[in-house]
Amino acid sequence: MKLHEFQAKRRMESFGLPVLKGAVIDSVQSVAGALAPLGPGPWVLKAQIHAGGRGKAGGVRVVRTVDEAKSFVSGLLDRPLVTHQTGPEGLMVRSLIAEPAVTVKRELYAAVAINRKTGRPTLIVSGEGGVDIETLAATSPEKIIRVEVDPWRGLDAFQARDVAFAVGLGGDLLRDSVRFFQNLVKLFLESDAGLVEVNPLGILSEKGGGGLPGGECLPGGECLLLAMDAKMTIDDNAAFRQGDLLKGADTADLSEAERRAAAVGISYIRLDGSIGCLVNGAGLAMATMDIIKLHGGDPANFLDVGGGASVTQVTEAFKIILSDPRVRVVLVNIFGGIMKCDVIAEGIVQAVKTTGLDRPLVVRLEGNRVQEGRAVLAASGLQMTSATDLADAAQKAVALAGGRS
Amino acid sequence: MSILIDSNTRVIVQGITGAAGSFHAKGCRDYGTQIVGGVTPGKGGSRVDEIPVFNTVKDAVKSTGASATLIFVPPPFAADAILEAADGGIRLIFCITEGIPVLDMARVMGALRGTGVRLIGPNGPGVITPGDADRPGCKAGIMPGYIHRPGRIGVVSRSGTLTYEAVWQLSQRGLGQSTVVGIGGDPIAGSSFVDILDLFQKDPGTDAVLMLGEIGGSAEEEAAAYFKKNKTKPLFAFIAGRTAPPGKRMGHAGAIIEGGPRPAKGSDRPSGGSADGKRAALTAAGVRLIDSPANMGETLLRALK
Repeated sequence: MKLHEFQAKRRMESFGLPVLKGAVIDSVQSVAGALAPLGPGPWVLKAQIHAGGRGKAGGVRVVRTVDEAKSFVSGLLDRPLVTHQTGPEGLMVRSLIAEPAVTVKRELYAAVAINRKTGRPTLIVSGEGGVDIETLAATSPEKIIRVEVDPWRGLDAFQARDVAFAVGLGGDLLRDSVRFFQNLVKLFLESDAGLVEVNPLGILSEKGGGGLPGGECLPGGECLLLAMDAKMTIDDNAAFRQGDLLKGADTADLSEAERRAAAVGISYIRLDGSIGCLVNGAGLAMATMDIIKLHGGDPANFLDVGGGASVTQVTEAFKIILSDPRVRVVLVNIFGGIMKCDVIAEGIVQAVKTTGLDRPLVVRLEGNRVQEGRAVLAASGLQMTSATDLADAAQKAVALAGGRS
Repeated sequence: MSILIDSNTRVIVQGITGAAGSFHAKGCRDYGTQIVGGVTPGKGGSRVDEIPVFNTVKDAVKSTGASATLIFVPPPFAADAILEAADGGIRLIFCITEGIPVLDMARVMGALRGTGVRLIGPNGPGVITPGDADRPGCKAGIMPGYIHRPGRIGVVSRSGTLTYEAVWQLSQRGLGQSTVVGIGGDPIAGSSFVDILDLFQKDPGTDAVLMLGEIGGSAEEEAAAYFKKNKTKPLFAFIAGRTAPPGKRMGHAGAIIEGGPRPAKGSDRPSGGSADGKRAALTAAGVRLIDSPANMGETLLRALK
């Protein structure tokens, strides 16, 4: 689950990380009231969407007057913003964050993520911030510092010092940077985060006495560092212990179909094609999409009804697939393992009778008690095309869909 | 011959009194596995279908001499169950549980490092060394036993039903399996493709290996490097998810293409976990790629004739 910048910053603040006091704007009417406590301006306004690349896409602007702010907000709110990370449809802007505009001496990059290869959280820091880290990784990998973290212990102070010195944060900046890196890792570990990213991490002043005054940032003192942007994702599997964090998460980007699927334990992802897929198991579901493509068609979705595939799940899955008007054919591919094929076939028959079926159906059943399963389908009187194996199923579905969509 | 388990392996089931635990404990026993006990804290002294239940792994190991465990404990308690097994003297842990927090697994892997304990999974179907009337086998997992045939093909996979599909295709064509290992679909896996390929390489009962990979992470790229370096037994691979869009989790927690632009050709930068990146790495290493999931059995049959 992704958090918005303003949610991530609130969380960071509670871990002693330096962020600006900002205000959330969700209507043009609320602009003046939101800006008033932030000082005389100029202010930075940033669209809150679950994607990066907002600046280049026109989702971020420095404004000097309330009127300027209002016109920027009215141009963005309740409209999709398209960035290089959103896809062509963009993501709906439902709120913006406003902060005092600050000038910084230097910009760095800091993040914590899981290194899947070693199975450890990793602190990733670069002396060059504000840039796309993927691009930097491709062009100048030597400029990226990675430190593996013991997930039981967190980041040791000496590890934090190593990183600070490596990116030139010595002198008066050392103490603040060590605290910053340690707290960033602590935030990651205690939030069950998948990613915590601060880009850019701003250096407000190289010397003590020059940063933001106390109260603006860290309680009781000035801050030399500032988390200017914040990105956070939370591990969905940790929902049982991060309930408060996830409760506040904005799920408006999920489609109605994705929401319905999640409610009954189905994984569903909509794609652009015309062949609706209903499959048990994630690997087999991906393989089914792949084989449709190999035979010249395009899958309309990824759908995993789970290894068991209960009648409820199969019924809901049919409803979700048929709710997509682009679907021209439905392909059911079930490998009955522990589940018996005749039970699954009964489920399909029941589901189709409940939902009604206005589009061609191709069914491929294999595995435990497959003959009985096929007999159930044949006896049901349902209009459908039976397939003998994966390739046959894909060919028949593609033919019925009329090739590429 | 086989890897990891055979008919002599003594297995306990953690979470045996739950619905999945009891169902699959019986399923494994019916297949011929020595399910010698179960563990559910607070239910010690009871029995599940004649299988004795213990309060702790230590008690179970002491009474039964078990060396392997099969875990069905729910996600919030699964990491603790793995740590308890390792502490109780179990050397081989199969964790079926899906939905364990990633950081729990990071902590578990940190604790297991250097102990010699092998963890397979989580979020996988387990492991089976197929048997028949003449050769007893061992099933420590949730896979349907009847689709397997004893034989000389090793199978290793990140998936469940896709593995059954592959095994089915092999068995239908008379190609039996030495051992079938599901390493699971989570971002942090107890054992990697390389770990299992290494075991198959050393197993005189395995002639060739079929690897079923998918998008996300770099386990397939590491397998490619291992194959290239060690010139192993013939390795065949199918990678699921060529049509998967980036940034979306495809059912498995670990099946997600991450990162920004695709790396340039010839770049050694990780591919972000795309199927094309993995396929390119495997092809370059000389692994035989299978394009269609309908041709897994047929490809091996033709190549191994």
